[in-house]
Amino acid sequence: MSELTKLGVAAIRDGVAKGDFKAVEVAEALNARVSAAKALNAFIVETPEKAIEAAQAVDVDRAAGKPLGKMAGVPIGMKDLFCTEGVQTTAASHILEGFVPTYESTVSANLWKAGAGMLGKLNLDQFAMGSSNETSYFGNVISPWRRNDGSTAALAPGGSSGGSSSAIAARLCPAATGTDTGGSIRQPAAFVGISGIKPTYGRCSRWGVVAFASSLDQAGPMARDVRDCAIMLEAMAGFDPKDSTSLDLPVPTWEAGLNSDLKGKRIGIPKEYRLDGIDEDIAKMWDNGIAWLKDAGAEIVDISLPHTKYALPAYYIIAPAEASSNLARYDGVRFGLRDLPEGAGLQDMYAATRAAGFGEEVRRRIMIGTYVLSAGFYDAYYTQAQKVRALIARDFDNAWASCDLILAPTAPSAAFGLGEKNADPLSMYLNDVFAVPASLAGLPAMSVPGGLDKQGLPLGLQIIGKALDEQAVLNAGLAIEQRSGFTAEAGEWW
Amino acid sequence: MSEYRIQGNTGAWEVVIGLEVHAQITSESKLFSGSSTGFGAEPNSHVSLVDAAMPGMLPVPNRECLRQAVRTGMAINAQINRWSRFDRKNYFYADLPQGYQISQLYHPIVGEGEIEVTLNEKDPDSPTKKIGIERIHVEQDAGKLMHDQHPTMSFVDLNRSGVALMEIVSRPDISSPQEAGAYLKKLRSILRYVGSCDGNMEQGSMRADVNVSVRKPGGELGTRTETKNVNSIRFMMQAIEYEAQRQVDLIESGGAVVQETRLFDPNKMETRSMRSKEDAHDYRYFPDPDLLPVELDDAFLEECRVSLPELPDAKRARYEAMGLTAYNAAVLTAEAETAFWFEDLLAQGVDAKQGSNWLMSELFGALNKMGKTLDESPVNPKQAAELLGLVADGTISGSIAKQVFEIMLETGQGASAIVEEKGLKQTNDTGAIEAEIAKIMAANEDKVAEYRSGKDKLFGFFVGQTMKAMQGKANPQIINDLLKKALG
Repeated sequence: MSELTKLGVAAIRDGVAKGDFKAVEVAEALNARVSAAKALNAFIVETPEKAIEAAQAVDVDRAAGKPLGKMAGVPIGMKDLFCTEGVQTTAASHILEGFVPTYESTVSANLWKAGAGMLGKLNLDQFAMGSSNETSYFGNVISPWRRNDGSTAALAPGGSSGGSSSAIAARLCPAATGTDTGGSIRQPAAFVGISGIKPTYGRCSRWGVVAFASSLDQAGPMARDVRDCAIMLEAMAGFDPKDSTSLDLPVPTWEAGLNSDLKGKRIGIPKEYRLDGIDEDIAKMWDNGIAWLKDAGAEIVDISLPHTKYALPAYYIIAPAEASSNLARYDGVRFGLRDLPEGAGLQDMYAATRAAGFGEEVRRRIMIGTYVLSAGFYDAYYTQAQKVRALIARDFDNAWASCDLILAPTAPSAAFGLGEKNADPLSMYLNDVFAVPASLAGLPAMSVPGGLDKQGLPLGLQIIGKALDEQAVLNAGLAIEQRSGFTAEAGEWW
Repeated sequence: MSEYRIQGNTGAWEVVIGLEVHAQITSESKLFSGSSTGFGAEPNSHVSLVDAAMPGMLPVPNRECLRQAVRTGMAINAQINRWSRFDRKNYFYADLPQGYQISQLYHPIVGEGEIEVTLNEKDPDSPTKKIGIERIHVEQDAGKLMHDQHPTMSFVDLNRSGVALMEIVSRPDISSPQEAGAYLKKLRSILRYVGSCDGNMEQGSMRADVNVSVRKPGGELGTRTETKNVNSIRFMMQAIEYEAQRQVDLIESGGAVVQETRLFDPNKMETRSMRSKEDAHDYRYFPDPDLLPVELDDAFLEECRVSLPELPDAKRARYEAMGLTAYNAAVLTAEAETAFWFEDLLAQGVDAKQGSNWLMSELFGALNKMGKTLDESPVNPKQAAELLGLVADGTISGSIAKQVFEIMLETGQGASAIVEEKGLKQTNDTGAIEAEIAKIMAANEDKVAEYRSGKDKLFGFFVGQTMKAMQGKANPQIINDLLKKALG
């Protein structure tokens, strides 16, 4: 492995700026590493020429003495949910296979403007629906991690941003974009021992991101450490008049604001997250996290989020409801797959196209969503779920009276083996149990590595903050990072 | 207002009608995208990524469309909802790219209001009736399917996809085809006054869904049918007549009206079933998560309020107060284009009575003969004011004015130039007039005698002869005075 591929976002940016190496050298090294890691199936499309092109532009700018962007010279992976002009965008679905947008998503455009380059489009769960990356039409991503018992069982990289998590953990890219609807940044980050933050809903524009559940979808960065996440989030975020739900606020300077001294901060420990039969390793990691934050000067307080147990059911009504409507546009009429059986009419074409174009999990969620919105069931399901959502948000509001941040596990377990959970959708959905409340409330939440379990697999600690207070979340993440001593890496077996 | 009844075998039946009018909002761009709303463009030339519902595209509300809906609501004295919300109406069709229409089911922008209608808006004695408006909401239009372009395929034109519509929903307060017609005319007039819709039914900027049911007078409401997308006032009246009669015949022959959606066929003058309630879509309405609720503040509402023009009823009352006859005031205010034309005329300093009489007799008469509308008038208010000014200051007589107007229509020349060129100026030369009078009296001694023996009516004959001799250019008042003196 070239030394350059070991570098993170800040190190590459600073090295390029100082002239220690050229941006093109970094791009070339990473391009080579990406193309040698096909076994992980992290990328749907590789775009080495895009990475080189962006790097050359940065080198030219630097030579000309021009100011460099926040991500200048940093090649990244782009989750294939972001529309990229001239590069196939599929949402890991068959129905969008071959779809090449004529436009660039706001978030990816912001990153290119900041000097980042694209190594390729990263695999994911189809339409971001899944927690293991097994719903991708292009085959599941494999985690670079293996259990410490000598087994070669393929493990899930988490989902839906599993291509992102796997690629970062395998050092194929220093950072990648993720999107988080109900944990899709945090859970995969936890599964592979990296960091990832879902900012406050509205910080990152949704324009040009293939929609899953509009009221929950939020883009965020995934990287190896907290500083890199702060840098990349600064580059991604910002008001976008093309997204009505975008926040019209200036982007804070999160990197400059990093400070791991937590004196005066109160950290809430929600008792409802201590589930019966909680994994012993998870419980231990959580206790460690509490100790680290105390060590950083924070005060620990017990809090209650009484409606937590209703969060997952509410989420699995609201998200599919929105998805069933958002995915109606994939109808075979204007773009993407069209399956037109001999002699078929319009309705037959819809049925054939959508049956062939959507995977099983996507079809399941469309049907759940269609059901909960139908006349006669709407009030019992959708309206009720919205009420629960309001109560969840109120739980957090009440909690902020006694604390500034909340610490909890990111996921109830370490990475599971591929194929272990996909027979039972409910057990798969349970993976999101700790992640979903913050999504329903639109709050910033981050996962940072918290240690390894008995099998030698990474576990994640989740920090949830007040709306717009990403800085406090990042700072607490940094405090944990400095104390956890997490340096474990996946062995290179591919 | 009117006692409209259908006489069936079992007695008289009352008709209950409610209208849902879709009016295209006048705006440069679509409801949620920057695409043009221009009519008649090449297919698919006004389509943005949002209109085509490409992956990841998001709607951004067009404030102008909301402003127009609020102004319309104010014009019908409706409750304006400071908090409203957009919902998605989900269904699959090839002209609906998103797979849902963004509309407002639960919280429309405009609440209850009313419109006062008269059966004949030009007849001041016609009875009036208030028709309740339940709501106005804002929604997207769909695209258009073209079935005649290819032997086995249908083509889609998305130019209209996403264009803003107001759906104006009446209460079932309408009880005859005539009332429905009067309501639609009055509504169209208000929309044109406000400028929120051009009311052009031929181009599809306004169309009505007609809900009709029948019942025994005063009885329980019957089952209603909805006839969709009727695109002229005449068709709507025909559709109601046909549909009410069909329902009466059906019930009286032992059948029952089925709640269903129907279509009106203007060629066969009948409605026919499109789909029944069982086939009705379950639209799965829910709040659009891509959009924030619409909140209207005081400043916005005030801006809407001050931008409202004088509305037909108020204008009519003002014209009557200015001394216009009730009939003239009614005719001049019934259509926005007439009222605006007349206002322009008044703005040029023309006397209201003189102007209204001229407009209604001379101009309307001429346009009628030419088969033109007021918009196509070859003479504009400024040119008309010039002509009327020449009459008012005595430069030309009323009869000369008619000649001048005809020349204006033919040549487009200005009134003063025509009068100058043709030497049509009125003369006040009493000597010349007296000379002509003397000649006429000499040539008509018998009539002079008759007049003097009491046949007063002959005075008009002498006026006419004198005017003719003066080639119409004499001041009629002077002719009158001189004739009276000469005839004794």
